[in-house]
Amino acid sequence: MSAPTAPGRARTRSTASLRHRLAERGVDKSLWMLVPALFFAVALFIYPFSYGIGLTFQPSAAMQEKWGAGVFSNYVGFFKDSFVFDSIWLTMRLALPVALFNVLASVPMAFKLRRRFRGKKLLTTLLVLPITLGTVLTAQGLLIFAGRQGWLNRFLIQIGVIDQPLALVNNYLGVVFSLVISGFPFAFLLISSYLSGIDPSIEAAAKTMGANWAQRFRRVILPLLAPGLATTFILTFVLAFSVFPSARLVGDAMGSTRVMSLMAFRAFGEQNDYPMASTIAVMMGIVELVVIAVVLLWRSFMYKGSTGGKG
Amino acid sequence: MATQTAPIGVRQPDLRGRSVRRAKNAAARAPGERSLAAAPSTWFVWAGTAAFFIFLIGILVSVVVDSFGKGWFSSWLPETFTTGWYSGAWDTFGMAQIIGVTLTVAVLVIVVAVLIGVPAAYLLARRTFPFKKAVTLLFLLPVMMPPITYGIPLATVMYNFGLGRTLTAVILVNLVPSVPFVIMTMTPFIEQINPTIENAARMSGASIAKVFTKILFPLLIPGVLAASILVLVRTVGMFELTFLVSGPQSDTLVVAMYRAMTAAGGGTERPLISSMAVVYTVTMMVILIIALRFVSPTQLVARVKESRED
Repeated sequence: MSAPTAPGRARTRSTASLRHRLAERGVDKSLWMLVPALFFAVALFIYPFSYGIGLTFQPSAAMQEKWGAGVFSNYVGFFKDSFVFDSIWLTMRLALPVALFNVLASVPMAFKLRRRFRGKKLLTTLLVLPITLGTVLTAQGLLIFAGRQGWLNRFLIQIGVIDQPLALVNNYLGVVFSLVISGFPFAFLLISSYLSGIDPSIEAAAKTMGANWAQRFRRVILPLLAPGLATTFILTFVLAFSVFPSARLVGDAMGSTRVMSLMAFRAFGEQNDYPMASTIAVMMGIVELVVIAVVLLWRSFMYKGSTGGKG
Repeated sequence: MATQTAPIGVRQPDLRGRSVRRAKNAAARAPGERSLAAAPSTWFVWAGTAAFFIFLIGILVSVVVDSFGKGWFSSWLPETFTTGWYSGAWDTFGMAQIIGVTLTVAVLVIVVAVLIGVPAAYLLARRTFPFKKAVTLLFLLPVMMPPITYGIPLATVMYNFGLGRTLTAVILVNLVPSVPFVIMTMTPFIEQINPTIENAARMSGASIAKVFTKILFPLLIPGVLAASILVLVRTVGMFELTFLVSGPQSDTLVVAMYRAMTAAGGGTERPLISSMAVVYTVTMMVILIIALRFVSPTQLVARVKESRED
């Protein structure tokens, strides 16, 4: 890159042709515009990330002594310390059902609401609202609204559905509610946009051939929507997987919602064991990649190609 | 069929919308398409929507009521109402300073992210060059990974450089997802500008810098505005990354709220936190309502999807 970007005013024949040949491949002075962004990506993302991976192989003396596996002590510790290792299972138990629910509930809703009707814009705006709430207000609101003395329990007792207030917060359920409230609108918006990308004439053609709505959904819409479903599932899963504030605020942080990010933060902020914190972070990345790979594998068996519409 | 309006309740807006649409382009509709609106599924969808909104509105209203209420323990509503919690929260948490920090961080992140991101987005939109796919992937990675996985190594590096708990660190970590975000939002905006305009300027002898300042920038203002507002929303709402590097003097609003809620011994009174949460939410809503005037959420998501797939 140095040759074309040098201020080569003195054009000898050979450099000019090099310049020309490079410019033909798209390498010229204007590529400098990319440099600040690249610098930032490398300095603030690639470097810290590689540094963190390196750090996982430099366990603290305490970890080395406890697990006695040399440079791999952190990883051995991660797998053998059941307090830490169980958090994988606890995180999955939270993130997988929530991501599945968000996707599966979005499909019929997006399907129903895909046509134009009065108040659609209002409904979309209302659905974006939870983004403004943020995890902390959602947590605070859930504690008040769904708590033992909250309106929800009060109402259910009043109409005689239950005798005792339900335990909806400070446990597994509380975190599920909080994750659905923050993740569902996101899944709904994504699936709506995928659905609007499917050419309606394909469905109309199926209808002309006499397919009923179940057949049209199963044979036409679902295969075309599958890639979108996979992407939405992955994105909502990532959101739910890295849950952290709500697991602490509306969950049972030392019990049923002791998720991986809480463990990572515990090592980072409370024990100041940076290598172990990085190890948990790296393991989080790996577990997440495994889930994504499984979803993508499933997707690879489905129809791949044009959906005919703008998507 | 347009006259056959359902008499009651929730299905009505749906049907009315259909008839309006029917009147608009009756020819484009297949005959009998209405049969898709089978009653059970419609009820299911509306019941789901209703349940979701009951939770949503219940959460919102109960926080607002709590922030104004006094003595709300075991009754439907608080005994008396007061605005005292707001002034209380303002003094207890040093809200002036917290809001100042939040705004400083947000503005600086926006400025830097736009300055870095827009030129890169321009190149990605207009040029082909070697390793373009790799570069695109590099810019997309931070948006696709959960913040805490790269946040912890990043925070460790910040502490090693002695930047821990400083404003600089908070700004730097927030740039990591913001720069890619600006690139992702700006690329489609630049793609839709007709390249012949730039070519004409270039042929008339304008330098690249001049093309940028005199031709592209005025055309890009709506896009830059939209991207800035979205970065603002993300930065003000970003919890994980800020939390890992911030300290008492550099906490943003959302982190300060979390710290107040998890303070040892639960010493903070609940309405104080509620009033802080209301301030936060009102701010975010105002920002988002402004944002929605510039970008439609579905359009944005569609673009995100496309750029993710390449």
